[in-house]
Amino acid sequence: MSPEVNSNGWEPRIIAFFCNWCTYTAADLAGVSRLRHAPNVRIIRLMCSGRVDPQFVLDAFVQGADGVLIGGCHPGDCHYMEGNYKALRRFRLMRRMLENMGIEPQRFRLEWISASEGERVRTVVNEMVETLRPLGPLALPQQRVRWDEELHEHVTDEKEVKSHAG
Amino acid sequence: MPDHNGSIRIGFYICHCGHNIAATVDVEAVARYVSGLPNVVVSREYKYMCSDPGQELIAQDIHDLNLNRVVVASCSPLLHETTFRTAVERGGLNPFYFQMVNVRENVSWVHEDRRAATLKAMDLARAAVHRVTFHKALERKFVHIHPDVLVVGGGIAGIHAALTLANSGKKVYLVEREPTIGGHMAQFDKTFPTLDCAACILTPKMSAVKAHPNIKLWTYSEVSSVEGYVGSYTVKVRRKPRYVDEELCVGCLACIDECVYKEPKYADSFNLGLSKRKPVYLPFPQATPKIVVIDPETCIQFKSGKCKQTCVEACDREAIDLKQAETVEEIKVGTIVLATGYKTFNARRTPQYGYGRFPNVFTSLEVERLINASGPTGGHLVTREGREPRTVGIIHCVGSRDRNTNRWCSRTCCMYSLKLAHLLKEHTGAEVYNFYIDIRAAGKTYEEFYDRLLEENVHFIRGRVAEVTDVAAIPEEEGHLIIRAEDTMIGVVRRIPVDMVVLAVGMEPQADAGDVRRLFNISCSTEGFFLERHPKLAPVETFTDGIFIAGACQGPKDIPDSVAQAGAAAAQAQMLIDKGEVELEPNTAFIDEEHCSGCKSCIPLCPFHALSFNEATGKAQLNAALCKGCGTCVAACPSGSIQQNLFEDSMIFGEIDGLMNMVYETGKEVADVA
Repeated sequence: MSPEVNSNGWEPRIIAFFCNWCTYTAADLAGVSRLRHAPNVRIIRLMCSGRVDPQFVLDAFVQGADGVLIGGCHPGDCHYMEGNYKALRRFRLMRRMLENMGIEPQRFRLEWISASEGERVRTVVNEMVETLRPLGPLALPQQRVRWDEELHEHVTDEKEVKSHAG
Repeated sequence: MPDHNGSIRIGFYICHCGHNIAATVDVEAVARYVSGLPNVVVSREYKYMCSDPGQELIAQDIHDLNLNRVVVASCSPLLHETTFRTAVERGGLNPFYFQMVNVRENVSWVHEDRRAATLKAMDLARAAVHRVTFHKALERKFVHIHPDVLVVGGGIAGIHAALTLANSGKKVYLVEREPTIGGHMAQFDKTFPTLDCAACILTPKMSAVKAHPNIKLWTYSEVSSVEGYVGSYTVKVRRKPRYVDEELCVGCLACIDECVYKEPKYADSFNLGLSKRKPVYLPFPQATPKIVVIDPETCIQFKSGKCKQTCVEACDREAIDLKQAETVEEIKVGTIVLATGYKTFNARRTPQYGYGRFPNVFTSLEVERLINASGPTGGHLVTREGREPRTVGIIHCVGSRDRNTNRWCSRTCCMYSLKLAHLLKEHTGAEVYNFYIDIRAAGKTYEEFYDRLLEENVHFIRGRVAEVTDVAAIPEEEGHLIIRAEDTMIGVVRRIPVDMVVLAVGMEPQADAGDVRRLFNISCSTEGFFLERHPKLAPVETFTDGIFIAGACQGPKDIPDSVAQAGAAAAQAQMLIDKGEVELEPNTAFIDEEHCSGCKSCIPLCPFHALSFNEATGKAQLNAALCKGCGTCVAACPSGSIQQNLFEDSMIFGEIDGLMNMVYETGKEVADVA
């Protein structure tokens, strides 16, 4: 993501996975209705929220996202009958896992937004940006560098690493 | 960098969309930035990419520069993905070597800050440029279109769509839930602005439907399930028992005469409760099909089992069958037209106008019935006390253009109010007052009709009515209903005593529009009307291929517009049928059998039963014909052995990588953005 770190400082960076039929269409509607909202979200279009592989979420965080948003059809409205339920199941597991990894649950959000709810896209995006602001950057890539450095400080030679691992 | 096809040569094109994109996104900067990204051979900006010269630009570049990937940054892929894929194909490249970037709906239209918008456009462009390298050539997939059509709803829109299709030689199933077709239009007296009688123009079409050899008419029936996809829908229709054999009944109505109830006792819904009917009834004289219905809620035989069953005796054709049970018909169709109509606003939701409290406050639809020659009063317009009104007030925008009820304009009320004003004056000579916010007479010869009303000395008071009351302030108001409204033209509050109040109720989505939407897997707009694929360019199509919408189920509209839309929907269905096949998005899943471990994780996830376990090979297998391309199984496969065309893991990871800038260092152009 381009460095939006401008004179105003850090800006939250959010990756959104929107399903083609409901939430992506709602985002289009937000556009058509000119509902201005925060420019921090980058949308990736998938056919269904059920397509969101947990690895996509992890990858987004690992690559430097500060938040991940999943948008799907309301329960009962899935274009593919029940993909959104699968998304919900994975979301709940993922959030617990992320929490255990030290990633605040607010950084990961699932929203049901139907094709008619352009207004809701605006609200959710703005809300999420405002929620992330006080949390500050997650900055996993930079953290990884720091963790590596920490490791190197603690570890003097190769052998010791192996003995720890063993 | 993957290299399935030799070197990757990408062409990037960003569209100005006039000023739509270029006003907020610095398209030159984006084009300059993308030109510096790996594999990008050419990067251009153009005023209108979707125009002929814009598309030609792509085709020409593919040819001249030997491009093997194309990325277009413009509007939403939901709008123009097909357009650009076709352009790519014209250039001699597989159309799926294409990725679209949405910099209009997702960027320029929702952001104001030019710098932030431009940076976002660059991010999205970079993601697509990276993603497209992973794209593969795919085969176009076609499915056969079953030539039969289902039309749901037998109002004027459904009737017109069914007749149009049937006349072109298609077999049509017309399903209507009421015992007769005709819809709301059958209840109207005359139609604006021509003042021709609704029945005179509708009933011939109703009988044409009944008589048409290509139309299978199922009234008193509802669609209960829909399965399949464009070209091949399997639909179940629940046929409610009317306790009369449709084949035998000839509509002689002897059973009604001989019913044990000598006098009609139950509210007649066709006349909105203004008249009564018996438990065995025909909704109205021109009902089509002309077959009586027995209402089990009111029939003594059904309630107590102790009726003399005089109706059965009266029928010499033995058509009455009190043991008739519900049946379910299963049909195969290729396309579906939904014309399920609307409901009128419930006037009780605006209690300040006294509907239900003051007997002489009527809804417009009730007045249609009262004016109608075959209505409950034989067309003699009278108050509940049986007197002709000397003054009538028509209140516009009841349940329309109102924050407290519905915000939308119902489009028809101004015109039908003018029509009713004319008819009221014609029938009774009463003084008629219209209370309006604006008069919206935008239609062919509508404004002229309004002018005519002004000349007929109908009164127009501009202002939303505050209340209807029976509390008289001066002796002259005694015994009248008083309409209190601000006349905004002269800036005074006026009190107009009248004998009758007509509420011009607005149009709303059917109460069960949400259920119907789910049944057919389509979407609704914010107000609850069915959502069209594109408000301008695809007004009768839905996001579900092969399902079309017509009439007021899509939004408030009058008869001419409903008929026009019904014709358009019929033409769309016909287009598919005559073409014989339709292209499907090739986004189905596929299995890499070599790596499948046979863990069976995917199998229970598929709601379409496309996945199964092959005992012989010990691997999962996919029935591509059943796969709808959601990708849920793909997300679950622990070994990544199931992939989804157009949405392969590598493509999505590629997109994330591209977005997060881990692959390409941003060029110095980013810093140059104003």
